[in-house]
Amino acid sequence: MPYDVNTIFQIAGIGIVVAMLHTVLKQMGKEDIAHWITLIGFVLVLFIVITLLDDLFQQIRGVFLFQG
Amino acid sequence: MCFSSRDEEGVPIEIIQIVGFCLIATFLTIIIKEQKPAFSFLVILFAGATVFLFLIGKIQAVIMMLERLATNANLNMVYVETILKIIGIAYIAEFGAQITRDAGQGSIAAKIELAGKVLILVMAIPILTVLIETIIDFLPN
Repeated sequence: MPYDVNTIFQIAGIGIVVAMLHTVLKQMGKEDIAHWITLIGFVLVLFIVITLLDDLFQQIRGVFLFQG
Repeated sequence: MCFSSRDEEGVPIEIIQIVGFCLIATFLTIIIKEQKPAFSFLVILFAGATVFLFLIGKIQAVIMMLERLATNANLNMVYVETILKIIGIAYIAEFGAQITRDAGQGSIAAKIELAGKVLILVMAIPILTVLIETIIDFLPN
């Protein structure tokens, strides 16, 4: 099963874009929208990472004979 | 560029791939840490999980060899399974503790390590019992 290295650039890119949007919206005086965008970006990245982590734990469970 | 764990020709290349991947992850982490520390933590977590997933295929080969040796030596499979589970607990606890320590929470990392130690001790109880009973059998009455 191949693991794509591009995903890490994706995560970092989302982080940079969210930081930029946060700065711009803060300058415009829309603090609440800036915080919502940060939260949404964080959840998006968390979803990617949790998917991979679930895959990792399933593999470990398969290799080291954890039944149940 | 993709990691491929079943590539027979590029075996020496794999370490270069991993080191390159980790260098990229470190670089991106340093860049993002200024703006959003939470995202940099997620990048670290993703890199760790990817490297671990890459290595788990290799570990599986070693484990299968150990199992074959144990079967050939007519060992009791319960003990071999217990030892494998202990190794698995150690790997997972180490992974979690390192990630948590990277995020700056040393005390939670210590709790994870404590939990790993206690669970390993609990799983080793049957083996310890058999060992102590064997030693007691050897002792003259």
